[in-house]
Amino acid sequence: MIDLQNLNKIFSIGKANRTTAVQDVSLTINHNDFVVIVGANGSGKSTLLNLISGNVLPSSGKIFIAGKEVSRLPEYKRSPAIARVFQNPFSGTAADLSIIDNFRLAALRTQNKTLKIGVNQNFKNKIAQQIAQLGMGLEDKLEQAMGSLSGGQRQALTLLMAVMDDLKILLLDEPTAALDPRSADKVMQLAQQLTQQYQLCTILITHNLKDAFTYGNRIIQMAEGEISKDLDATSKTKLTQNEIFSWFS
Amino acid sequence: MDFYLSAILQGLCLSAMAFGIFISMKIFNIPDISTDGAYTLGGVISGFFISQSYNGFAIVGLVMVGGALAGAATGFIHTKLKVNALLAGILVMTALYSINLSILGQSNLPLLNFPTLFTVINVFQNPTQNTFLIVATIILVLLIIVSYVLKSDFGLAMRATGNSQTMVRALGVNTDNMKIIGLAIANALTALSGYLMTQLQGFADINMGIGIVIVGLGSVIMGETLINYFAITSVAKMLLTVILGAIVFQLVLAFALSLGINPNLLKLITAAFVLLIVGLPRFIFKKAE
Repeated sequence: MIDLQNLNKIFSIGKANRTTAVQDVSLTINHNDFVVIVGANGSGKSTLLNLISGNVLPSSGKIFIAGKEVSRLPEYKRSPAIARVFQNPFSGTAADLSIIDNFRLAALRTQNKTLKIGVNQNFKNKIAQQIAQLGMGLEDKLEQAMGSLSGGQRQALTLLMAVMDDLKILLLDEPTAALDPRSADKVMQLAQQLTQQYQLCTILITHNLKDAFTYGNRIIQMAEGEISKDLDATSKTKLTQNEIFSWFS
Repeated sequence: MDFYLSAILQGLCLSAMAFGIFISMKIFNIPDISTDGAYTLGGVISGFFISQSYNGFAIVGLVMVGGALAGAATGFIHTKLKVNALLAGILVMTALYSINLSILGQSNLPLLNFPTLFTVINVFQNPTQNTFLIVATIILVLLIIVSYVLKSDFGLAMRATGNSQTMVRALGVNTDNMKIIGLAIANALTALSGYLMTQLQGFADINMGIGIVIVGLGSVIMGETLINYFAITSVAKMLLTVILGAIVFQLVLAFALSLGINPNLLKLITAAFVLLIVGLPRFIFKKAE
């Protein structure tokens, strides 16, 4: 599904503060994979995710998504296949728009936004059903502004919004970093459930080693812009939480 | 009484521009100074064609296209050339001054002897009532169109752009183009206000747009107070509060004039009034804490 070939990203080329964020990374991630990426701050995890989403363009190397080269495509042209959930719960939703309006936009991720009024009773009923699955009681508050919800609620809705339209790749950039433990668990479980239900290729960046241990069928550790460890499903099941901890000591 | 009625009329005429400011300021968070130029542009285009005895209705499209081009220019300079939004607006406003002066050919063009929008149609005998009916109808139609656009899928994407660009880009929207289109719409509406005002007052003036952005801003901020107070989420109602804001603004200015304040001080009063409505809430909340 995702194929990275000799990917490099260097910031501030030719300046004193030149930094190599991602160095010669080659990586193939399959359909149905739930990959967890761990690593210290500045190890290049986020840059790698940004390269895949198109938020950052590579200095050299190639990126293929579903067999198609997208190395130089800007983010908004890659969005048909990719959805992202950000660390900041406020980035993934529009605060001034109502819940239902946010979902309407999410439902049009791969389509043109025309001058048609898309929020009708039919659409509302459909979304209410989807949101009811979260068990947060938000299905009765569709007209409420997104900004009035808590970070955990917004993050869970962002996840749900991601699967509103045809989706292949789900990028989770520390989605629970700003949440309390209970909301964080709920969001992670939802991510797991959606990955299975919609057969997604999911990449999770996290500093929470418990999450790294609990979720996903592949774990990658990054250090100084390179992949230092890459364990597949069999090796990951054998892994203990303490072993992951020891990677960071 | 007529004094206040004409203030209401002016407020209605300026509502179109207030809608524009609502889009640029409230939705995109861009203080769009090119408003001053686009408003005058609308005025001088109308002035030029009406003085050539063109029908008032026929030129409305031309006026709006003119405003839209000005807005698109600001949007282009800001997004593609990465110039600060304020500076982009000032650049366009400055350039428009020369363009406006060239179109008008003189600094002031009286239109009293030419038929305007408000003299072509005669529903009421009383000219003030007649004008009120026409302006109110135009603004009502505008309210319906603008609120429809903002409620449509396209409008949702536009409104989300001002909220979270990260989200909107991830949703497959080109935020740069969205801003350019949004500013074009905003300035087309602004030009429409210049068009209405020129015909209401019976003249076009090269300086008619000076400080007009502040008037729009004040109207939107007053509207916003109501929006927050009543927790309004419907777009049509939001636009309605903006109209109310624009009318109240003109009424306050009319009241100030009726107190016998020197008309030369009108801009000073306008600025002070806007400062008051921007600063007062913060001042009050600080005391309450």
